[in-house]
Amino acid sequence: MATAAMVEEKVVYQRPESLESIPTHYCPGCTHGVAHRLVAEVLDELGVRERTIGVSPVGCSVFAYKYFNTDGAEAAHGRAPAMATGIKRVMPDRVVFTYQGDGDLAAIGIAEIVHAATRGENFTTIFINNAIYGMTGGQMAPTTLPGQRTTSSPVGRDVELTGFPIRMAELLSGAPGAAYVVRRSLHNVKEINRAKRAIKTAFEVQLAGLGFSMVELLSACPTGWKVTPPEAMDWIEQQMVPYYPLGDYKIADGVEQLAKRR
Amino acid sequence: MAVELMKGNVALAEAAIRAGVEAYFGYPITPQTELLEHMAKRMPELGRAFVQAESEVAAINMVYGAACTGARAMTSSSSPGISLMQEGFSYIAGSEVPCVVVDIMRGGPGLGNIQPSQSDYFQVTRSAGHGDYHAIVLAPASVQEAIDLMVEAFDLADEYRHLVFVVADGLIGQMMEPAELPPMKAIRRPRGDWALTGADGREKNIITSLELNAPDLEELNNRLQAKLAHIREHEQRSTEMLTGDARLIVVGYGTSGRIAETAVKQARREGMKVGLFRPISLWPFPERRLSALADQVGAFLVVEMNAGQMLDDVRLAAGGQVPVTFYGRTGGMVPMPEEIYDEIVTQYNKLTTSAV
Repeated sequence: MATAAMVEEKVVYQRPESLESIPTHYCPGCTHGVAHRLVAEVLDELGVRERTIGVSPVGCSVFAYKYFNTDGAEAAHGRAPAMATGIKRVMPDRVVFTYQGDGDLAAIGIAEIVHAATRGENFTTIFINNAIYGMTGGQMAPTTLPGQRTTSSPVGRDVELTGFPIRMAELLSGAPGAAYVVRRSLHNVKEINRAKRAIKTAFEVQLAGLGFSMVELLSACPTGWKVTPPEAMDWIEQQMVPYYPLGDYKIADGVEQLAKRR
Repeated sequence: MAVELMKGNVALAEAAIRAGVEAYFGYPITPQTELLEHMAKRMPELGRAFVQAESEVAAINMVYGAACTGARAMTSSSSPGISLMQEGFSYIAGSEVPCVVVDIMRGGPGLGNIQPSQSDYFQVTRSAGHGDYHAIVLAPASVQEAIDLMVEAFDLADEYRHLVFVVADGLIGQMMEPAELPPMKAIRRPRGDWALTGADGREKNIITSLELNAPDLEELNNRLQAKLAHIREHEQRSTEMLTGDARLIVVGYGTSGRIAETAVKQARREGMKVGLFRPISLWPFPERRLSALADQVGAFLVVEMNAGQMLDDVRLAAGGQVPVTFYGRTGGMVPMPEEIYDEIVTQYNKLTTSAV
């Protein structure tokens, strides 16, 4: 038998250790999976998986704790920032993050997120903005765009009756305790790569003890929007980005130095 | 430790600190605010966590978070605030994490007032939130007993990984009495193996009250109910006075039990065979002892600062064997011993008349 020459193989892609190998419950074309993966890659790269505690929301990502290979808690609807506050205050050397959708964070939990940011709670929030309530079947969210049809705005969101969609990154950037608040999107590879860099910075902000950090991610919900997955990506770019401009809304002193160090 | 003059709310706070509470989260509300204020001063001094939350909803969810790490955590509030915390109580009970809640009850419904009341009896003993469970509920009748039960509350919470209430009212919360504090306990380390501390060298831990699969959720409920049945069997607490030969027993807890004690002593001086039974654990209700007393007395008189809530539990324990009557004041009115004495006379006379 001929001896096969040893070929050096380079791993270019594998499942992060911080992500579980289980079947997904997310719909085809949903970007929760992408967001989960980015968070998991960052936890791996920072070497903090073993000291991370995640707090899941109520909404489509209610089972986020099943996908992340870290300790995790399931919060009541909107209360993840309060729960994360309790965890972080008694375990300040642990890495704590909340993962929340727009109904959870911008409607029922708006008091909790605003006050956690105001207090400068030293945890990280991953905020999934897909402009709809996904889990309950596509109702109007506080982030639903003007004119957007949902099952509870069947002729399109009438801003005269329901008000305008809320811009959370802009709102939270006004909180003195917020150290890092940015908006990114998941609608193409370039934006996904930018999103990952932001998520990494957000966790680095926490590790440096600089205060509250949040990355808002514009995300796709083809099922709720009743479009195909490719159409959903276009819809983010054409409809959501103009109302929710991507960018850095709060970069506190000390954050730039973190990025430079990397 | 020396006996010193202490306000009830402050005594509760300091007792919790000495019991090793690591985290306090609360929101100001009369008549319990001195408890929060004492924590605001003492907890940072000791390097422990204190946060004045943006609401009672946030406060209880902060407690939930801290408790998930295995730390001893607590909050305190009063009736309207307790209503807001019900969401958190249910999640805490469903996910079986230990924590302690103080409810300094006030007159209701609604915003009501800030006077002493026992109107939250149903709210705290029946389930304290949605779902199918009971919290452990302890009711002190003095500042000293408040201290002792506060310490015990943390031990019970840990032992059963369950929600424990200490309930009193503005009278006990606000008055000063001589009392003795326990020595300072060390903060407990390490955390329980179920706690969220980071999955370092072990499988990850998850704390959740979510279980979508009905058979699995029923199994979880069965486990919870088995735990509650054990608590019901082993944790009934009560005290009594002059019950040995009593024909009429007055049943009251906390402040109303203490006022009734004065009335019962007066009735004894007048030659009436009257005793006092004072439940200390409101859940589990001390039904075993009360059922035994139902075999020997002619009637029970229930006294509460509400429209008749524990009354149901006394009737259940009496099992229809003897009449159970009620005297209560509501809206923050505190009964005078004379009012209870007059009611004792009325009910005692009925007994002696019917016996002839």
